[in-house]
Amino acid sequence: MTPLLLIGGILQVSLRSLWLHRMRSILTMLGIIFGVSSVIAMLAIGEGASQEAQARIARLGSTNLILKTVKPPQQTATNTTQQSIAMYGLTYDDAERFRVTIPDAQVVVQSKIISHRAYYRNRVLAIELVGTVAWYPELAPVELNRGRFLSTADLHYSEAVCVIDRNVTNNLFVIDDPVDMDIKIAGNYYRVVGVVSETRIQSNEDMLETRANSAPDTTSAGGRIYIPITTMKTRFGETSIQFGGSTGMVGEKVELSEITVRVPTIERVLPTRDVLDGILKRFHKQQDYQVIVPLELLREAIRSKRIFSIVLGSIAAISLLVGGIGIMNIMLATVSERTREIGIRRALGAKKQDIVFQFLSETLLLTLTGGLLGMALGAIIPIAVTYFGNMPTVITSQAMLLSFGISGAVGLTFGLYPAVKAANMDPIESLRHE
Amino acid sequence: MNQQASGINSSSDVVVRFEDLCKSYFLAHSELQVLRGINLDFHRGEYVSIMGPSGSGKSTLLNLLGCLDRPTAGRYLLDGLDISEMDDDTLSSIRGRRIGFIFQSFNLIPQLNIIENIEVSLYYQQVHKIQRRQRAEELANRVGLGDRLKHRPSELSGGQQQRVAIARALANDPLILLADEPTGNLDSKSGREILDMLDELHSGGKTIIVVTHDPNIASRTQRSIHMLDGMIERQEIRGGQS
Repeated sequence: MTPLLLIGGILQVSLRSLWLHRMRSILTMLGIIFGVSSVIAMLAIGEGASQEAQARIARLGSTNLILKTVKPPQQTATNTTQQSIAMYGLTYDDAERFRVTIPDAQVVVQSKIISHRAYYRNRVLAIELVGTVAWYPELAPVELNRGRFLSTADLHYSEAVCVIDRNVTNNLFVIDDPVDMDIKIAGNYYRVVGVVSETRIQSNEDMLETRANSAPDTTSAGGRIYIPITTMKTRFGETSIQFGGSTGMVGEKVELSEITVRVPTIERVLPTRDVLDGILKRFHKQQDYQVIVPLELLREAIRSKRIFSIVLGSIAAISLLVGGIGIMNIMLATVSERTREIGIRRALGAKKQDIVFQFLSETLLLTLTGGLLGMALGAIIPIAVTYFGNMPTVITSQAMLLSFGISGAVGLTFGLYPAVKAANMDPIESLRHE
Repeated sequence: MNQQASGINSSSDVVVRFEDLCKSYFLAHSELQVLRGINLDFHRGEYVSIMGPSGSGKSTLLNLLGCLDRPTAGRYLLDGLDISEMDDDTLSSIRGRRIGFIFQSFNLIPQLNIIENIEVSLYYQQVHKIQRRQRAEELANRVGLGDRLKHRPSELSGGQQQRVAIARALANDPLILLADEPTGNLDSKSGREILDMLDELHSGGKTIIVVTHDPNIASRTQRSIHMLDGMIERQEIRGGQS
């Protein structure tokens, strides 16, 4: 008889004795079902959270280095007495130095962000005005939807044109077609030449932080309007006057809010960070900038995901362990209940290993069936979590295979002892057993 | 007193030979001698009964005959093979191939149906499913249960269950058929049917060894071995049959 038929035979026998005690089998399986489904569900939730974080970071660009202007902490305390205008932040000179020092950095984008209000007909919207260059979309997480982005000509001639994002379109124009319309910002009109959508989910939070530092008077994030950086320089200058809470009027001079540097390869990212840091340290007396390396954030996210997975995984593994102990308990009871049957089989020529296989296959059948049902349940739970809890979840095939493998391993581990115990019973004693 | 009673047969006809067979059970601090030096031959085609009071060692002898246990001392030759020194796996396969058991309490496996019960020993001999089924059906017909193949043991009467057990014992075409009080749990009518069946098997050439208290059963056999205190008290040979 071929091994396959033999296994088929053993399985058939196992299936039957499990079927004979349906209720008991189902109850026993429940432990495994819940164990496996919790493994899958927890890994799916963990994976979902981490992938979302990674995607956010990846959208910033893994070969990018982002430098941001931050207000130095002491500045607020000193400026009221000594300086009427606070000067800080990244400068055009910085950008130029980067370009010279790192020749193969693909593009250097300068941009400057100030908060303002935009008017169209009778509608007003609090916006962030971004002064930038024509090649901004190459590096930044924006996507052109309609029209065009700013051109080099716009930059050269300091044209009064602008590109608006979806929020502005929706809130300011509502149903009108924004392209070729004029928006009024700070007394000047800008013609809309294009519409972009931002793919950066985190940008709202970032803007909130920036605004909390530089522009406390602006409220909710309405949207972003991009204008040529040259236009911004001529129209708005580099100084902005804002109303601070206790200190009254505060003058600030900031040349650039943000510089993005892209290097050709991922390996270059960290060395370049050190170079940029070195340059900035030399020319900035105070810590008025921040270097954000998406790659580092990414690595950190992956690291924290690993810890997250381990924690969730061990919780789930404990529940599988409990399920396994339950199975062992039941199998021991089954073995003692079927002592006589074991004696009969031994008398009729069953070897010890035949008995081991019989009981082991019963346990395996229980746990693997439980594993399959658990996989089904484990696939449903994350879907429900996504639907009701509005949390992203990702079910990976590895999680599926892992938990199925674990359920098999649980069957082997906890089934072996009862099976061996059954096989080692004395056939004469077993035959006499009532 | 007449251990070589059947000495007329050539030694190749000896199916079972016990040489100074001893069996002891070791309790905490004492040794319990159950069999004390048994010398005995069983011949091919013989129908033998083993009798004796409880505790005389007849069940132990049957267990040894059935290769369920090993002797403490002495030799047991089954068809020329020395059983005394064999390991557990070999004993198992000898049980599966050479020995047929009939128990007092039938000992059918409750969750298997009739045909599957008959097949069990063939299953462990790894006989192919189709041949297995064929053989089992043939045997079920032979014991008159061809129409009950899919029934569970619990749906049959005691006599029918014992017939299934006989069919099961015959499945591997055993060298010796061992019956332990085969009619002990049956009413007299079913008991008679079973005994008739054993007679018939004997006429068909089977070697049958039956352990019993019942002199009526013993009277049907060719030879009765009376045991007392782990030794053979006497043997009784009947002519007539065979």
